[in-house]
Amino acid sequence: MVGIIDYGVGNLFSLRSSFACVGEACVVSGDPAVIRRADRLILPGVGAFEDAAKKLRDTGLFEVVREEALAGKPLMGICLGMQLLFERSFEYGEHLGLGLIPGEVVPMAGRIEPGLKIPHIGWNALAFQNPSGIYDGIPEGAHVYFVHSYFADGCAEHTTAVTEYGGTLTASVQRGNVVGCQFHPEKSGGVGLRILKNFAKL
Amino acid sequence: MITKRIIPCLDVRDGRVVKGVNFQGLRDVSSPVELAGYYSDAGADELVFYDITASAEGRRLFTDILTQTASRVFIPLTVGGGINTLEDFDRVLKCGADKVSVNSGAIRDPGLIGRAARRYGDQCVVISADVKRVNGVFTVFARGGRDNTGLEAVEWIRRCVGEGAGEVVLNSMDTDGVRGGFDLEMLKAVSESVSVPVIASGGAGKILDFVTLFKTLPRVDAGLAASILHFGEVTVTDIKKALRDEGINVRLSGKP
Repeated sequence: MVGIIDYGVGNLFSLRSSFACVGEACVVSGDPAVIRRADRLILPGVGAFEDAAKKLRDTGLFEVVREEALAGKPLMGICLGMQLLFERSFEYGEHLGLGLIPGEVVPMAGRIEPGLKIPHIGWNALAFQNPSGIYDGIPEGAHVYFVHSYFADGCAEHTTAVTEYGGTLTASVQRGNVVGCQFHPEKSGGVGLRILKNFAKL
Repeated sequence: MITKRIIPCLDVRDGRVVKGVNFQGLRDVSSPVELAGYYSDAGADELVFYDITASAEGRRLFTDILTQTASRVFIPLTVGGGINTLEDFDRVLKCGADKVSVNSGAIRDPGLIGRAARRYGDQCVVISADVKRVNGVFTVFARGGRDNTGLEAVEWIRRCVGEGAGEVVLNSMDTDGVRGGFDLEMLKAVSESVSVPVIASGGAGKILDFVTLFKTLPRVDAGLAASILHFGEVTVTDIKKALRDEGINVRLSGKP
């Protein structure tokens, strides 16, 4: 059973439909007991880092997610959920994340080629780095759907794919049982469904 | 590098697609759910659903259709039509929409975009503008092109982006339905004045129109298409192959 963590951030409809489509049972819940019972976890998220981190703490799920991940349960953070896996973010100030993967989240502004539009929104190609089981059966250069203005930096050791947008941006990371995708697999067509299916088999 | 997007647009009234559609191999060509599935499999990068329903019953059907579509189609889904309040945003987002496009609603209530952007994020709010030349001035029209608002288009769109709109759909009423190509002059004026993605709408009649669009205006990010695709003359893949052959970056692998 895949547990999709509901902490009041973002739209979980597509994630639930995606797991249904690939034939994986899932539950959407903000109840720590339900989250602890799930075999693997999805940490979604859209919006601002500070607000999301606060909601995760306020719901008591921050420690639950950390403990479950440290105990070895597979965890996938998506978009802002991926950024929350890192030690800190510099989105409007400096805020602490879950600290499950070394690195930090920094703004694209000033770090990518000037003149490019921010957010980075649309379909972009994956270039694989360190191997990851989430990409089983997916060809190099496959396109996935991104929507973000900040990206994870200083995490080359755990980077499994990058994408080019006026510079090299971290597209996904993995450290043992903890996986993060900056892009939205639930919005990336057949490629994205395959990634979710692969995660369910990790 | 990011790809140029091809976005089929479906007008939905009372739960059915209204513009003429002509597809072989589709069981029900006026079912938005079937058509959306078809386009998604055919390599569309995103879908736009416009709700052109007037009645409450039609609106209920629309949200049903949206829910069914969003359960089966795993590419971004934008919904427009009848979006006047935050409750309207909420209603379609709960049914699985990823972005919400506002048109007349933002003209009636200029604070709507800001409030929606603060609640759902800029990436969720699309300003859609119907624009026509009036005495040589790009002018915004409301209520499906019926009312001249007197607003100058570039200024209006800049203001909406300033309020938090994360994307712009520019529909030229001067080229819409003519199928003689996109309105390059109008698109140039808008795309050079905003820093968010601009989606061209109105006028696509042949594959070459998309090639011309992206070659002439590299700052335009996507092309919306209705009749050219619905009539079944060309497919999304035909358009993308032509773009690729001209050196324009597109996403061609729909499935792994």
